[in-house]
Amino acid sequence: MAKKKQEGYLSARESRRISRENRKITNAYEKKRKRKNVSESEYLTTMRDPGNAVEFDDLHTYFFTDAGTVKAVDGVSFEVPVGKTVGVVGESGCGKSVTSLSLMQLLQRPQGQVVEGEIRLNLGDKAYDVTKAPNEVLQKIRGNYVSMIFQEPMTALNPVFRIGDQINEVIALHDGEGKSEEDIKRRTIELIEMVGIANSEGVYHMFPHELSGGMRQRIVIAMALACNPKVIIADEPTTALDVTIQAQILDLLRQLKDRINSSIMFITHDLGVIAEMADYVVVMYAGRVVEKGTADDIFHHPAHPYTIGLMASKPVVGKHIDKLYSIPGKVPNPINMPNYCYFKDRCEMCVGGCEGDYPSMVSLSDTHKVSCYRYYGKEGE
Amino acid sequence: MPYMKAGKTDDETFEENKQASQQHAEDFPKSKKVKGGKLVIDNDYTPLTYDPQYILMVNRLKKYFPIKGGMISKTVGHVKAVDGVSFNLKRGTTMGLVGESGCGKTTLGRVILRLSGEKSGGQVLFNGQEVYDLSAKEMRALRPKMQIIFQDPFSSLSPRLPVGEIIGEAVREHGIVSKEEFDDYIDGVMDNCGLQPFHKDRYPHEFSGGQRQRICIARALALNPEFVVCDEPVSALDVSIQAQIINLLRELQEKYKLTYLFISHDLSVVEHISDSVGVMYLGNLVEYGTTENIFSNPLHPYTEALFSAIPIPDPDAKMNRIILKGSIPSPANPPKGCKFHTRCEKCMDVCQYAAPEWIEVEEGHFCACHLYNDEDRNARARETAAAAQSAEKEADA
Repeated sequence: MAKKKQEGYLSARESRRISRENRKITNAYEKKRKRKNVSESEYLTTMRDPGNAVEFDDLHTYFFTDAGTVKAVDGVSFEVPVGKTVGVVGESGCGKSVTSLSLMQLLQRPQGQVVEGEIRLNLGDKAYDVTKAPNEVLQKIRGNYVSMIFQEPMTALNPVFRIGDQINEVIALHDGEGKSEEDIKRRTIELIEMVGIANSEGVYHMFPHELSGGMRQRIVIAMALACNPKVIIADEPTTALDVTIQAQILDLLRQLKDRINSSIMFITHDLGVIAEMADYVVVMYAGRVVEKGTADDIFHHPAHPYTIGLMASKPVVGKHIDKLYSIPGKVPNPINMPNYCYFKDRCEMCVGGCEGDYPSMVSLSDTHKVSCYRYYGKEGE
Repeated sequence: MPYMKAGKTDDETFEENKQASQQHAEDFPKSKKVKGGKLVIDNDYTPLTYDPQYILMVNRLKKYFPIKGGMISKTVGHVKAVDGVSFNLKRGTTMGLVGESGCGKTTLGRVILRLSGEKSGGQVLFNGQEVYDLSAKEMRALRPKMQIIFQDPFSSLSPRLPVGEIIGEAVREHGIVSKEEFDDYIDGVMDNCGLQPFHKDRYPHEFSGGQRQRICIARALALNPEFVVCDEPVSALDVSIQAQIINLLRELQEKYKLTYLFISHDLSVVEHISDSVGVMYLGNLVEYGTTENIFSNPLHPYTEALFSAIPIPDPDAKMNRIILKGSIPSPANPPKGCKFHTRCEKCMDVCQYAAPEWIEVEEGHFCACHLYNDEDRNARARETAAAAQSAEKEADA
């Protein structure tokens, strides 16, 4: 009996062919990245606005898998101003984490590659395009200019090394020139105290399993801050934690940001956390930015139907509703994205123009931008 | 026979359970008895009388887990996961259970369903019947009436069974419907939970998180339960999927007059779905009341701190946050007196040596805190604490 071919079915031969082609593409990228002695002019660039710490410009990050090319990030542009917090919201699988990993250049290689676009990183006196920089240069940027607080404090720490040794390693690797072991240890103890752990000498000699979730997250934050980075990426830093611990960690992040005057790119799916932390908000859906603006724009005047739906589907303490709004349908398959607006099939506010190409960004105000046909011709209102 | 349980007959399982319960009875005798010099189980409670408006009555329920250590796996201590919890749950309502991780929410849910061995003390009356007095056979007959939806839809479904079998296995085991009606019945259950009939032959890995959670719900509801424990059913899901599952749970509740025990650490979800709320801290209920009472007028300092920590999706919202210091103490060695006193802002001297009584502050609003115990009670608490201390000294001597 012939089995009915399901959607997305691939024969073994087809899969092998895709795999061979992918190998060709990714090998070319890898070769380029591994070159040595690249002249600086190749990745030197200028910031569009010197007040920005990071500028994402039309970023495309694809994953070349055996089942086809997944366009995880497909044309994302936004800026992270110096000293501000930018919140990135979206459902799981919408490309939030991949965007931040592209900035760190820590994508799953060789499948994951930045194929187009620029990520401009402001280093003070000059600016680099991280997507073109070779590995050698990136090693110096990571930790010193950009660092990341990872999602799960349970898995981000190595279970077989002591806390002190793990933080020492970061300092020695990125900022260790001319420092003796005692200097490094002193700095580590200082960091552990800075993130609000009282028993710093004791914790220095502990293993990760001896600490609670909140304490572990503090250690991960201490590691990220070890070399005073200019940009901190916080990838769902509080998702695995309780509300009471979450409040502690958010408080800590706010204080530390002011103290070392850096920018934070805050990734989460919790709108409540975003409202509390972020100055600017970027809403992502299926690998694209659907709306961006200040926190006030997004929370008080949400424009894109997806943002509106997201707000309505979260129960809020103190607001009584009989039935929660739920966005119908599901996210489209990332391998075969439609050529019209990705949200059209789930949207309840469709207008005539929605059949056309993917909508471009419309400016509703200086800061508020939305990608939706409903706002065509209403610019600047 | 693919559905026989690892070659064990009912009688064998019963024998095993009996032995286990005898062992447990030796470990935790009903009368006060000092074992290993340390553990004293205070098993004094006034037995409940059954009130038909309540489907579930829990009275001073306790569950201690032994900590094994040393060369010969000696019991070196006990984790007091549930330590004297009492509440009554009305038919057809939802009770929310909130608290930090590690406070015993999940254990309480499982102990009520008799899913983690024997209890250590107290009473669980389900429809007036003490659950822990039933024999294996009677328990089996009661199982369909009380079901559970597990926390993680990614690990609670067998990857080797098709969805139709996951949902239908228990239906067949318990003989809910005849063989002829079986297929239609499963289709009907799946339809109720928003699954299509053609999903029956698929395997769990082919589904997304939200759909897996629907399968878990369908599996629990296929047995026509009266009471369902929902153990963090939406914690692993995205916001938009969360809304779908919450709406589904509410629809099904109206349709089948279900009673839920909804365990979650997401307070906004609990407020939305529950009629009454219990707040747990370190194995104890610290506050219990209607959702309105609890959210508009939280009495216990822990509840206040918990609620002030909820992030509000409004950038202009004024934060008046009470930030709790430190994290939850170990339940193997809880603080003396009120268990919360180490982190409490309003801690008084009495809190440090005497546990507060569980009292009804307003109608239907219970709280265990010395702030609401009157002077008489506090004086009595001091006396008992002093007596206990001197008794301890004698025992040591």
